Amino acid sequence: MQADPAVAHQFEDAAQQRDAATLGMWIFLATEVLFFGAMFLGYTVYRIRYPETFLAASNHTLILFGSINTGILLVSSFCMVLAVRAAELRRSLATGGFLALTAVLGIAFLILKGFEYRQEIHEGLLPGAGFHFEGADPRHAEMFFYLYFLMTGVHALHVTIGVCLLGWFSLRALFTSRIERLATSVDLLGLYWHFVDLVWIFLFPLIYLIGRST
Amino acid sequence: MNSVKHYAYVTAGLLGLLLLTIGAAYIHFGPFNTAIAMLISLAKASLIVLFFMHLRTAKPLLRVFACAGFFWLALLFALTLSDYLTR
Repeated sequence: MQADPAVAHQFEDAAQQRDAATLGMWIFLATEVLFFGAMFLGYTVYRIRYPETFLAASNHTLILFGSINTGILLVSSFCMVLAVRAAELRRSLATGGFLALTAVLGIAFLILKGFEYRQEIHEGLLPGAGFHFEGADPRHAEMFFYLYFLMTGVHALHVTIGVCLLGWFSLRALFTSRIERLATSVDLLGLYWHFVDLVWIFLFPLIYLIGRST
Repeated sequence: MNSVKHYAYVTAGLLGLLLLTIGAAYIHFGPFNTAIAMLISLAKASLIVLFFMHLRTAKPLLRVFACAGFFWLALLFALTLSDYLTR
């Protein structure tokens, strides 16, 4: 049997190696589901306890920033899927380009999030000694903003890690002469990026939209 | 592998659902506002998981593993809320 240097010795062939890698990534994503899930559960418990306060606090979030950022992440997922496709078609330039574009959209998301945090901190919505909220129940409104900063903060950390990986993979794709050896890695990075998008899709309505009709 | 056109349609669907969920949030449905928002989010998540994460064409083993995380999440919610909702 001839040895393919791109296939590690424990695998029969490249397809099996790819399947194993993809399975490993989904196992990691399952741990991420539970990691974020615990925070969503915390939100749910407090929301059930203090429904009116959560609706009132939610109306203090900046919906324009949130909506634009959701759009940016959805479009970035489109770019990511085009990068995965380009890698499968062995197009180095397109792979690198779409990965870079995805990274740029990720950076745009983080910049907008930064401006949003700045304004919220300016309005005194950061939990702590300086927390200030005009409403019936500032103590539990503070809990809403604690969950808000925690969940969006951990999400932003994931976006930051994704952007770093995207930048690195983009350079690898542009400067490699063997794009086929990068295809599986790009595919796995795609799964990670789409997962980060998935978390935001559930965060967005729970943070920004719940109190808008009241 | 899917065509670019195919992916573009899914993206257009996602952006359409985003506008729908923002619009629906401003209409008063009382307690159903959150339920509607979550249903739309679920639809968006399904589009991403099935088409962008390629679970639609994935092998059964992979689908089982992909569902496992959400299965345990459902258990986490069910057991915790069975306490908090019945106090």
